[in-house]
Amino acid sequence: MASTQQSYVGEAFSATGGDDRSGISLEDGSRVAVVGGGPAGSFFSYFLLKMAGTIDLDVTVDIFDPRSFSNCGPAGCNHCGGIVSETLIQILAAEGINLPRSVVQRGIESYVVHMDVGSVAIESLSGEMRIAALYRGNGPREGGEPPREGGESPWESFDGYLQNMTKDMGAKVVRQLITGVDWRDGYPWLQFADHSETRYDLIAVASGVNSNFINMLDAMPVTLKPPRTTRTFICEFKSSEAELLEILGNAVHVFLLAIPRLEFAAIIPKGDFATVVMVGEDLDQELVHEFLNDPVVRDCFPTDSTPCVCSCSPLINLKARSRPYGDRLVMVGDSGVTRLYKDGIGAAFRTAKAAASTAVFQGISEQAFESKFWPACRRINNDNAIGAVMFASTGLFKRFRFLRRIMYSMAAREQQKANRKPHMSSMLWNMFTGSAPYTEILLDAMHPGFIGHFGWNLLNPMRKKVKVKKDE
Amino acid sequence: MGRGALGTVFQDGEFIIRQGDQGNCMYVVQRGEVEVIQHSDSGEQHLAYLKPGDFFGEMAVFEKEARSASVKAVGESMVLKVDKKTLLRRITEDPLLAFSLLQVMSHRIRDLDELVSHFRSGTD
Ligand SMILES: Cc1cc2nc3c(=O)[nH]c(=O)nc-3n(C[C@H](O)[C@H](O)[C@H](O)COP(=O)(O)OP(=O)(O)OC[C@H]3O[C@@H](n4cnc5c(N)ncnc54)[C@H](O)[C@@H]3O)c2cc1C
Repeated sequence: MASTQQSYVGEAFSATGGDDRSGISLEDGSRVAVVGGGPAGSFFSYFLLKMAGTIDLDVTVDIFDPRSFSNCGPAGCNHCGGIVSETLIQILAAEGINLPRSVVQRGIESYVVHMDVGSVAIESLSGEMRIAALYRGNGPREGGEPPREGGESPWESFDGYLQNMTKDMGAKVVRQLITGVDWRDGYPWLQFADHSETRYDLIAVASGVNSNFINMLDAMPVTLKPPRTTRTFICEFKSSEAELLEILGNAVHVFLLAIPRLEFAAIIPKGDFATVVMVGEDLDQELVHEFLNDPVVRDCFPTDSTPCVCSCSPLINLKARSRPYGDRLVMVGDSGVTRLYKDGIGAAFRTAKAAASTAVFQGISEQAFESKFWPACRRINNDNAIGAVMFASTGLFKRFRFLRRIMYSMAAREQQKANRKPHMSSMLWNMFTGSAPYTEILLDAMHPGFIGHFGWNLLNPMRKKVKVKKDE
Repeated sequence: MGRGALGTVFQDGEFIIRQGDQGNCMYVVQRGEVEVIQHSDSGEQHLAYLKPGDFFGEMAVFEKEARSASVKAVGESMVLKVDKKTLLRRITEDPLLAFSLLQVMSHRIRDLDELVSHFRSGTD
């Protein structure tokens, strides 16, 4: 009875979209390969197996990734700030995916914006801790904290947790590097380091942008221009949990500084460590030093006297791949389309689930992906175009001190008065946390209330200075 | 306190939602246990205990009626709020999310059916 009901629902979903004209679809016994076992690969595998189960479709999923997330330091980590956005936390919970305490290093309840004109703490608009700060791997090099009684590790990696979830659904995780893909008789063949090859019915590329794999797809039957990227910087400062709680609280500290080429920087507390993340144009050592030695940064966190125990400079996407799909091929997460600068894990979730549902219910041809998977990517792409404008206007704030003053005084006043409509605060919150689409932030910025307040502050620059207590 | 914690902590016996209140969110239990109870003229009726991963308050997301039951913490528990706007926006992008929620809700109807028939057979 239950399975008839499930099949019916599956059919209903298949019938809602355009049918797969080229007729390539997953069938009982089909084999799916996922290249990369980061968030995009795991979400794709999890949802593919879950949805296939609802229509009694018997497919196998092999996830290939040489990385073991139980390693400390860069070897076990998919380098990132480790913030899981408020929106994604809620959606995951509604999907039945609740991050355990061992994965969440810290629940974040506020963002503190630091500028040369002052620092203002913006409390979570929901009044609840719904942002997670976590590690993608097993923590930094020199992880430090000894295992708990019984040898249990004090924390669990986010990527490892997601990967285990896919294993529970029946996916096989293979610790192997994929060295290439060949295309024969209309089927993709994965190539391994020992020169062996295996044929699959569908390949999901989830290899991110930090490996050479995305440049190895020349043999594909579609033109695949890799995403455009830029280099970033991450370092882990080791302190103690108590000290970090005192200095940083349960807050992410973001910096709006007049440092050229620096797009965005943040300090994120996690257990005994503080993660410093920097994103900018042509980021180099000079820029990193300039930021770490900036008086505003030093005033927030003693970067000069705290040891940096682990650092890396991963790539981040700037522009998406133009067409992340083809017959029997789909690209999810960073290797396809992701959000500009923010919530990359959220974008990995969205694109992965859209690709999985297309593969199960619509088919695995180029047309199927174009009609059902591409709209999810296009939504992100369109929003990124607006995001680029928003980031450009943040550049104006970084350039002109009087604009920073207005931003600071508006946000500070809103935070002090509970009954004040938090126009500036909610804009800053959404911009920095990545919780809302850029389009929504732009609409907020065009709200008459915001424009009115902003204009009034602009015309009254001599008003009494607001006194704001620094991050309580 | 922030370590490993997402959501809001409720102490033993503390109400998370109250029957009759208007709501604009649903909740997912993260830690501990909560009890669902319904108040009627004949007193307080226990409906269910919910554990981590279970959700409640979802009816307020799909309809504008007041909360149909109260939910309180049993021991210290932690509960995450899922906003109506976030959920509905996501459902418009991804209707399959509604399907996952429907599966749980349909299970609950099945359980209620069983309970009703159990009471019926008891009174026959
Ligand atoms: C500095 C920085 C800070 C960031 N901060 C945040 C943040 O705070 N929050 C957020 O949401 N996002 C953040 N992001 C973005 C986020 O890291 C990515 O969007 C996310 O990791 C994408 O997931 P993915 O699965 O697509 O790729 P990845 O996480 O890169 O995973 C790719 C996987 O593929 C594997 N792989 C690669 N090549 C091969 C191969 N040939 N064979 C087999 N396996 C292979 C790799 O080992 C890896 O495990 C940040 C990014 C950067 C650079």
